[in-house]
This record gives sequence, structure tokens and C-alpha cells, in this order.
Amino acid sequence: MNVPDENRYTTQHEWVRVLAGEETAVGARCRVGITEFAGTALGDVVFVEVPAVGSVVRAGETCGEIESTKSVSDLFSPLSGTVLSANEIVVQDPSLINSDPYGLGWLFELEVSSPDHDLLTASQYRDLVDT
Amino acid sequence: MDQPSANTHTDLRLTALHQQHRALGAHMAPFGGWSMPLRYSSERTEHLAVRDTCGVFDLSHMTQITVSGQHAAERLDSTFVGALSRLAVGRAKYTLLCDDDGGVLDDVVVYRLAIDQFLVVANAINRPVVIAALNGGSDRCEIVDVTADRCLIAIQGPASGAVVDDLLGSPISSIRYYSATQAMFGGAPILAARTGYTGELGFELYVPASVAPRLWQQLVDERGIIPVGLAARDSLRLEAGMHLYGHELTPEVSPFEAGLGRTISWDKQVSFPGEPALRLNADVAPTKKLVGLIAERQRVLRTGSVVRSPDGTEVGHVTSGAFGFTVGASLALAYVSESAAAPGLEVQVDVGRSVESAHTTSLPFYARSKGSE
Repeated sequence: MNVPDENRYTTQHEWVRVLAGEETAVGARCRVGITEFAGTALGDVVFVEVPAVGSVVRAGETCGEIESTKSVSDLFSPLSGTVLSANEIVVQDPSLINSDPYGLGWLFELEVSSPDHDLLTASQYRDLVDT
Repeated sequence: MDQPSANTHTDLRLTALHQQHRALGAHMAPFGGWSMPLRYSSERTEHLAVRDTCGVFDLSHMTQITVSGQHAAERLDSTFVGALSRLAVGRAKYTLLCDDDGGVLDDVVVYRLAIDQFLVVANAINRPVVIAALNGGSDRCEIVDVTADRCLIAIQGPASGAVVDDLLGSPISSIRYYSATQAMFGGAPILAARTGYTGELGFELYVPASVAPRLWQQLVDERGIIPVGLAARDSLRLEAGMHLYGHELTPEVSPFEAGLGRTISWDKQVSFPGEPALRLNADVAPTKKLVGLIAERQRVLRTGSVVRSPDGTEVGHVTSGAFGFTVGASLALAYVSESAAAPGLEVQVDVGRSVESAHTTSLPFYARSKGSE
């Protein structure tokens, strides 16, 4: 299972990549997606709803949905902040979440407003999913 | 998030290919009392393989019942709505078992193997109902459930003919649609039928369980045919507009509502369950009708979702919904009132978390090109 070292992770199987700044610092810009483990467990994703640009999201709270052929799952925001951009390409082709979860399958980017969430390192996340 | 279901149901029946599914890493799921492969890799990949080249399915959960004896044909005529006594040897027929009210108890395919021998293939979940119905007659007739000793392996897709001919070493793929022929595999007699549930050219092989692993190995390991699970089987049959028992067909549905009135033979020599009720309804326009729905967005229209007209009036409900990977849209089958059944009407489907816009369409959603045959 691919778990890139440069990302941070949540126990709800989202990944966070810091594009500018530090993830613990206010003002950092981060990209968010769901992990390969999550995509494999969900099966083929057919529909995704991402938060609107400009909306405020809070760590651990629902900010969208991911629907696969077999189930509907909530998308949780890994951090609190303001949504800067949403990936319209993945909305058009949700299969990218399965085929390229850390690349073209990213979901949204946000600017961190409060450093209140404990993210996992790649090695901690690997321990979580390698059961 | 859902985790892949662990196969801990020890009371589930296993097909003779269970070890093969495990070795392929299939996600197994309970289906009709059996542990069956839901998907091996990706449902999308499996679905598209069947449309583009071909795929192989283990359908050994399907109930296989042989009906033999001098009165076998009458027994089938007095059990199902169709005229099986008129079936030529080597041909197959899709037919229904109804209850006394004319509701559907099962849909089956019947093959005539010899003048006095038939094979009935029923849904796994309806095995007791179909066997009880077949045993209801008074004439002597031998009815044997051979499911445990047999396997059903389907090869479906535009390339399936060449694969089957190569596998069996004889040009059997030229047989007509809904017909079957005896063949040999691994020294054992098998039945090769040109039938299926995908909307593609395809074949179904009824084989002794003892040779099934070898046959599967020759297809999957030696020829690289992609194994396809029940999830993709469902999206394939949905695109082809085919009924699934428990969804489009239930005791609450009549053959007329399901669009299957044509399967009833009215001029048989014998009566059959539901005949009086069906005769009463034959000339009455059904109050609901099975239609196709195509959603505007890609969200899946789940079974049970209420369908409303644009003014908010409830007009029906979804019986099956899935993403159609070939059509490229979220598709559903729904029973709606006659007034909302015309193609091209706008409807709203309440899927719980949201209300999705869709429009009605005639079936099927997908029909294969037959130009290459």
C-alpha cells in the first residue's frame, strides 16, 4: 500500500500535503485527498462532492462526500481553514481517486486557520493500516 | 468507511472454485446463501473487460435442477408460465414461476436437453420455492437438485466465441442465441449454452464440479481472461435492462408490470399457478410500469429511493441503481405510475442525502452492436 513519506495523514484516511508553510502554523497552504488504502476499501468511486471555494471547514467535520459503487462515505476535513481551491477534474472523473489518489485525485486545498489537529506521520499511518 | 467484508460466515455454501477466488484476492460477499466473489480488482475494469473483450464469471450458486421422465414437459408446463413442451431439444427459454395471485416467485432459464429431459436454472435464493413447485405434480417425474455436483462458468463478451471454441476444441460458438449443445472438457461431458446476463455475446458452461477448477485455470491463468465478480455482473445486466429477482421481480409485481407479459403462454394444455389471476389482468392496463432512469449527476440512485414528478408528486420507486460504466452515467430501474412512464420525462429521485434530477428512458440503456456477427 502506497503511503508517501512527504504527506501527513488522519485516522479517517485523508492525506495532507503542505504546499507552503508548516501544517501546524496558521496561514499554511495544504492540499487534501484520500489515501490509496481508503480508495481500495471503498471500491470504484463514482461521485465526489468537495467543499466550495471560500467555504470554511473545521478539522474532523464533514465537508463533502465520496460515493463508490457500494457505499456513500463522508469526507472529513483534516484541518480547520478556508478552502482555496477545489479539484474540478476529480469531480468530473471520480475514478482518479482510485487510479491516482496522491496525484490527480486530490480533492481540495485550504489555508490553515488554527493548528488544532494532530496529524499522523507516514510511518504512523502505515502502522494504522498495516494490520 | 466500509471495510471489505471478511468471509467469516461459516454457514455459507462455497463453490468448487472457492480456492481460486481466494488465490485471486477476491472480495467475497454472502449472496443467496453462498459466499461469492463480489469483485476481484476493480468493478469498472471488470465491467469494461466484458464490453471490450471478455470476462469469466463463477455462477455456481445458481440452482441447477434436472427434470426428467415421460411427463417432464407437462410438469414444466404446469409449473411455469411458458410453454416448455414446445421447446425444441437443444433450445432454451426464459420463463417465470408465479404465485396464485400472479406475482412473480422466480425467473428461470429452462434448457431442453432431450425429449424427456430438462435443466431448470433458478436463482440461488429461490431454490426451495422452485423445487417445491416442481414437485407439486401428480405424474411421475424425476426432479433432482444437482447444484452441489455442478458448476456454472460464464464467458461473456465480444471475444467469448473464439475463447470458447479454443477452450473446447470445437466450433460450438456458432450455435444460436438461447440454444445449448453437449461438449467435452477434461474427459467429462458438459453443456455449452449461448446464454447470459450481460447484454453481450456470451456463453454459459454447465460442468461437473470436478473439472471446474481445471476449466477456470485454463481460462484465467493460461488465457488471461479477466475474472468478473457479482458487482460488475449487476452493472452489466442493469445497462442491458435485465431484471433481477428481489429487485424488479417480486411477489408484489405482475409479469405485465415487469414488461414480461410476452413470456406467458395462454394456449397450453395444462393450467399453471397464477393463471386465473393473470388472465383477469391480461387485458387491463397495468397501473405501474418498469422504466429506465438516467441521472443528471453521477450519484448512485439506490434501491428504494422515491421517484417524484417535478411538482413533487410521488410516482414510484427505484428497484436497482448503479453506475453504468459503459454508458458513463448513473442508471436505475424504477417502477413508476403509467402517467410518468413515457420516455424523456423529468423526475426527481430522493436518495436520502440529496434529491437528484433524472429523466425516464426506454430500455435497454445499452445494446451491443451486432454488425460483427
